[in-house]
Amino acid sequence: MSNIEQEVQLSAPPARAAGGGPHLVRRRLVPAAAAAGVDTIELRADGIKKSYHKASLEIPVLRGVDLQVRRGEFLAIIGQSGSGKSTLLHLLGTLDVPDAGRILLDGERIDNQPAAARDALRNRRFGMIFQFYHLLPEFSMLENVLAPLMIAHRTWGYLRRKRQLIESATGLLDLVGLSHRVKHKPRELSGGEMQRAAIARALVTAPDVLLADEPTGNLDHQTGHEIIRILRTLNRERHLTIVMVTHDLEIARQADRIVRLHQGRVEHA
Amino acid sequence: MYKLLLCWRYLRTRYIALASIISVTLGVATMIVVNSVMAGFSHEMQTRIHGILSDVVVESYSLEGFYDPARHMRRIEQVAGQHIVGMTATVTVPAMLSFEYGGQWVTRPVQLIGIDETTYSAAGDYSRYLQHPENRRQMSFELKESGYLTRDPNAGLEAAERPQLKEAGWRLRRRKAELQKIWQPPTANVGDRDNPEPTQPTPLTSPSVENPPSGRLAEFTDGTAADTGESLQGAGETVDPFARRPSKGRKFDPAVDQHTGLVLGIGLASYRMADGEERFLVVPGDDVKLTFPTAGTPPRAIDDSFTVVDLYECKMSEYDSSFVFVPIEKLQQLRGMIEPQTGTAFVTSIQIKLKDDSQGPLVRDKLRAAFPPQVYGIHTWRDKQGPLLAAVQMETAILNVLLFLIIAVAGFGILAIFFMIVVEKTRDIGILKSLGASGGGIMGIFVGYGLSLGIVGSGAGLVLGLLMVVYINELADALAVVTGHEVFDPSIYYFFQIPTSTDPLTVALIVSGALAIAVMASILPARRAARMQPVEALRYE
Repeated sequence: MSNIEQEVQLSAPPARAAGGGPHLVRRRLVPAAAAAGVDTIELRADGIKKSYHKASLEIPVLRGVDLQVRRGEFLAIIGQSGSGKSTLLHLLGTLDVPDAGRILLDGERIDNQPAAARDALRNRRFGMIFQFYHLLPEFSMLENVLAPLMIAHRTWGYLRRKRQLIESATGLLDLVGLSHRVKHKPRELSGGEMQRAAIARALVTAPDVLLADEPTGNLDHQTGHEIIRILRTLNRERHLTIVMVTHDLEIARQADRIVRLHQGRVEHA
Repeated sequence: MYKLLLCWRYLRTRYIALASIISVTLGVATMIVVNSVMAGFSHEMQTRIHGILSDVVVESYSLEGFYDPARHMRRIEQVAGQHIVGMTATVTVPAMLSFEYGGQWVTRPVQLIGIDETTYSAAGDYSRYLQHPENRRQMSFELKESGYLTRDPNAGLEAAERPQLKEAGWRLRRRKAELQKIWQPPTANVGDRDNPEPTQPTPLTSPSVENPPSGRLAEFTDGTAADTGESLQGAGETVDPFARRPSKGRKFDPAVDQHTGLVLGIGLASYRMADGEERFLVVPGDDVKLTFPTAGTPPRAIDDSFTVVDLYECKMSEYDSSFVFVPIEKLQQLRGMIEPQTGTAFVTSIQIKLKDDSQGPLVRDKLRAAFPPQVYGIHTWRDKQGPLLAAVQMETAILNVLLFLIIAVAGFGILAIFFMIVVEKTRDIGILKSLGASGGGIMGIFVGYGLSLGIVGSGAGLVLGLLMVVYINELADALAVVTGHEVFDPSIYYFFQIPTSTDPLTVALIVSGALAIAVMASILPARRAARMQPVEALRYE
């Protein structure tokens, strides 16, 4: 997989064109340099607090996190297990709501949006990958990649644009080097392959921000590095903003910037 | 789109859920079968009852009846003439039927009905249930030479053969008369059977009569009768077998004469042996006695001899074992229901046939308004058989409730299995939510899944049920072979085949009920899935 970068470079332009159709309500990826004059901060968290309740016990996880993610930046958040980094990522991705604080995407507050709006945000503007890949076992690789598009479109609209959508999904599978596994079910794939499929899925709606939750946590060293290389390439070639959570410092060093989370607060490294 | 795809995938991969809908399938199938059979049963029974009872009956409460049927008919014609096709007057009285069998007198309570042989058949399906082809075409109270059908003409090929009826008719009557002459002193009145001769053991050989219609003198045959001489003489005198009644001054001779004709319900004429074989005590050609009350107060019991000319079988055992039909004039005459001066008679009821049976209640109400209710009872045939029809309806309703409970139980099965599937799919739910699926969308997956399970289950049930309805008799036969026990015994029921009638509306109701249950059972688990927190769902391993 050492030629993945090259592959990505070669196939990036058509894949990108196919990845986002005119039908999707979304923002185009803007190169960091071009947007520099406007607002370099794409995603921002202000004083995020979150605690979990177990029985009557309150366990504070985040005690006021401030974080800014610049457009086109590859940011790594590191911290020990239980430091709340995954929780922070979920909050950024609107999977959960903070107890206090604000989360802004392009200067717009998103944490207090109604459920439907947050669903749409997750679907179109955030891409997520997880430690355990989280592919749907009933779906083939291609269907897994298509899943966000299926959610985005109504049945009829989906069927009408099916050919085009499938094209963009295969393009992305191609991009991550899985074009030979299109028809396979997740359980027939290796961990690295599943994670690459997950990346393709995260990119299929051409999101603005990719949130990666321990993307290498379940992979061996070499495969993990391949995944990081793909992310790196995506960040560089497509100017994709990436927020990655990891406990592995070596992995985190591949990012542009590292933020350390300790006891529910940010320590800039 | 993802909902449809996931539903489809779940349907194809979660076989445990398919197991849960087997009960839906079975419930739907049984409900369709039960409803079809019950509807068929009650439909068949209704047609039979209706065939016997005319659409509307105007009857008097007293056995004396009402005067001048023609005037009543004119009035009825006036009131509801536009609905009426035909009318016939009848006289119905309770009576006792007596006949001799095996040297004993058998007496049975009967419903004696005096009918007009030409108009009565038109007011109902009466002639359809007779056993002689000529009577089936045009009823008459004359004894036929022979040719009584040996199988129930309404039952098809399944009906058992009745060899005893092969001999019935004048042929049998003449032979019996001969025997009578041999065994009775010439001085005895041959027609009078009130003092039957005790059967004597006969020294005669070669008994060739198989299945004699009656046990009396069964061993006797024509060949040996020649020995006695005199009897043959008597038989030889039957120059005109169609001279039915003795001319004036001549003595009644059973070989050439018949009493007034009578049609006997087949249940009165026969009995069924333990092995299901039918034994006839009386067949056409035999004489019977009827005892019945006269009109007037107080009624006196009178009796008269009649000759059985045909048997009546409508397969409603209630009627088959109680109805006896005689000519109405004869009955009126015997009961003293005819006014000597005018010749105008009394009748106890008027049977009315309508153009359209559904007009029954309307005509009934019109007539009720026109005739004083304290004298006349006016009923439709449905009113008269109300309790029986209501019982069948009640049974159907109860069975439906019970069977629907089976489907409801299946619903709880679906509920449980769905909760299980939701738990099993927790992570997938989290994934879908992280991809932007809404709570409603997630709920849609599971409700849709429940609906598709319901469609599969009830669809399979529909096909299974309809197949079972179509092949129900074959199934019953197969079951009888396997278990060695007859499932549907025609001798118990009124029918030779299990009757079925499938009502599309009922089927649609059953299927939609099952679908509704499947959907309702999936709503709770689906809501739970929809409300799941994506973060927790994702963390779930």
